[in-house]
Amino acid sequence: MFSLEFMRNAFVASTFIAIISGIIGVFVSARNMSFLTHTLSEIGFSGAAFGVFMSWPPLNGMLLFTMVSSVIVGQLSVKQARREASISAISSLFLGLGILFLSLSNKNASYATNILFGSIIGINHTNVIQVIELSALVLIIIAFVYRDLKFDSFDAIGAQVKGLWTNALSIIFLVLLALSVSVAAQIVGSLLIFVLLTLPAASAKYFVHTVSGMMVVAILMALVGVWGGLCLGYITNWPVSFFIASIECLFYFAALGYNRLRQ
Amino acid sequence: MTDPILRVNNLKVTFPNHRVFENLNFSLHKGEFLSVVGENGVGKTTLIRTILQQLKPAAGNVQFFPNRKAVTFGYVPQFRNIDEEYPLSIRDFISLNLSGIKLPWLSRKERQQVDQIIAQTNLQKIQNRPLGMASGGEKQKAYLAQALVEQPNLLILDESTASLDNVMKYELLDLVKHFNQVTQLSVIFVTHDLPLAQKYADNFLLLRPTSFKYGPISELSEADVKEVSDV
Ligand SMILES: Nc1ncnc2c1ncn2[C@@H]1O[C@H](COP(=O)(O)OP(=O)(O)OP(=O)(O)O)[C@@H](O)[C@H]1O
Ligand SMILES: [Mg+2]
Repeated sequence: MFSLEFMRNAFVASTFIAIISGIIGVFVSARNMSFLTHTLSEIGFSGAAFGVFMSWPPLNGMLLFTMVSSVIVGQLSVKQARREASISAISSLFLGLGILFLSLSNKNASYATNILFGSIIGINHTNVIQVIELSALVLIIIAFVYRDLKFDSFDAIGAQVKGLWTNALSIIFLVLLALSVSVAAQIVGSLLIFVLLTLPAASAKYFVHTVSGMMVVAILMALVGVWGGLCLGYITNWPVSFFIASIECLFYFAALGYNRLRQ
Repeated sequence: MTDPILRVNNLKVTFPNHRVFENLNFSLHKGEFLSVVGENGVGKTTLIRTILQQLKPAAGNVQFFPNRKAVTFGYVPQFRNIDEEYPLSIRDFISLNLSGIKLPWLSRKERQQVDQIIAQTNLQKIQNRPLGMASGGEKQKAYLAQALVEQPNLLILDESTASLDNVMKYELLDLVKHFNQVTQLSVIFVTHDLPLAQKYADNFLLLRPTSFKYGPISELSEADVKEVSDV
C-alpha cells in the first residue's frame, strides 16, 4: 500500500488534517458552531467550483470563499434565531453558485463528485505541502490565542466579565475554522468535513473533562478514522470518505451509549 | 475604618427612556462586606455593571483607590450558561480565569494557585467531576473559586445564593466571610435575602425606585426588611 506515492501523500495529509480537526473541533463543540461549520463546508464547495471555473487550484478558491464568508458571518450581529435562518439562506445561495460555476466551467460530473466527496487519488506532493503549511499556520495562531480562546469558548460570560477581546477572538476563530474546513476538504470532500470537525470532539467530551484531554482524544478518534478509512478504502476500493464517516459515527454513538450507561 | 477602595459619587445611570438611579453616593472600604438589597428591577445588577465599567454613567463617577489599576475584580454574575452537558471539570473551569500569562499550558505557580483555591473552597473531592453534573451549591462554589483564583481585592457576588437551600447558602457565605476577614477582601453581595445580609454584612445599600438608603447593617430597619421581602 505504501509503495504507491499517492497513498503515502494521502496518509501524510490526513494525519495533519486529523490533528487540526481534533483541536479546532473541541472549540467548535464548545462554541456550538456545528451548524456554521456545515455551512462553511458548503461555501467551501462553492469556492472550489469557482476555483475550477477560474482555472485555479480548487483549494485556493475554497480558501478565498470560506475566509471571506467567515469574516462576514462574524460581522452579522443578529439574534441567534435569525442568525440561523440567515446562515441557511447564505448556504443555499452558495450551493447554487457552486453548481453554476461547475456547469460554466464545462468540467465533467466526476470533478464535482471529487470536490463534494473527496478524492485521495488526486493528492500530489504539492497538495501535501500546502496542507502541512496551512495546518502549521492554524497551530501557530492557536498557540498564540489559546488561553483567551479557551476562556471565551468554555465560559463566554466569564471572559466578557474579565474584559477579554471577545469580538476579535470570535473573528480569529472563524478564520481558523475557515482554514481548517478548506484543509480537511482535501481528503473527505466538502460535504463530509462535518464528520472530522465535529464528531470526534463531540464524542471526546463524554470521556474526558479537560480541554487538553478532549483535544487528545478527538485527535486520536480522527486519526483512527482517516487511517482506517484509507486502509479500508485501499483494500475494498470503496470510497475512503464512506469509511471515515462510518468510523466517526461509530465513535459518536459509542460515546452516547457510554454516557447513557454511566448515568 | 481602613482606606476606601472605591467611592461612588452622584452616580446616575440611564437606559434609553429609562432612568435607573441618580445621585447615588456610597463608599466601600478595604475588608468591608457590603450588601446591596432592593426589589427586582430596581437596578442592582446595573449598579454592579457600572462599577465593573461595562456601562457608562450618565453623570457622576466611580472612583478607585489608590488608583483604578490597584483594584482587581472577582465577579460572580447573576446568570451563567452552564448546562448539564457542560464538559469541563470543576478544576479546568476554575483555571480558565488564569490569564495573566498567555502560554498555552499552566505554569507551576498557576497550578499551585488552582490547588490552593480548590483546597480553600473545599472542592478537592469533586475537582475532576464535570461542572455540568455538579449540584447548584457546588456550581456556585466553583464560580466563587474561579472568581478568586487570581486573588482579586474586590469580590462581587450577584444573587449567588438565590437558588441555594438554607444549609448551602450559609456554607457559601461562611467561605466568603472567611476570605473577607483573613485576606481583607472587600465584598459586594447583591441579594434579596435580608436575614443573610444581616448576618454577614458590615454595611448595606438599599436601592429603591427613586431613592436609596445606605448605612451600617444594624440600621436596616424592620420597615426596610418588610419592603424588600414583600416582593
Ligand atoms: N441593557 C438594558 N437595556 C435597557 N434596560 C435595561 C437593561 N438592563 C437592565 N435594564 C432595566 O433596568 C432596570 C434595572 O435592571 P437590573 O437588572 O439592574 O435590576 P436588578 O435590581 O438587578 O433586578 P433583579 O433583582 O431582578 O436581578 C430594569 O427595569 C431593567 O429592565
Ligand atoms: Mg440583578
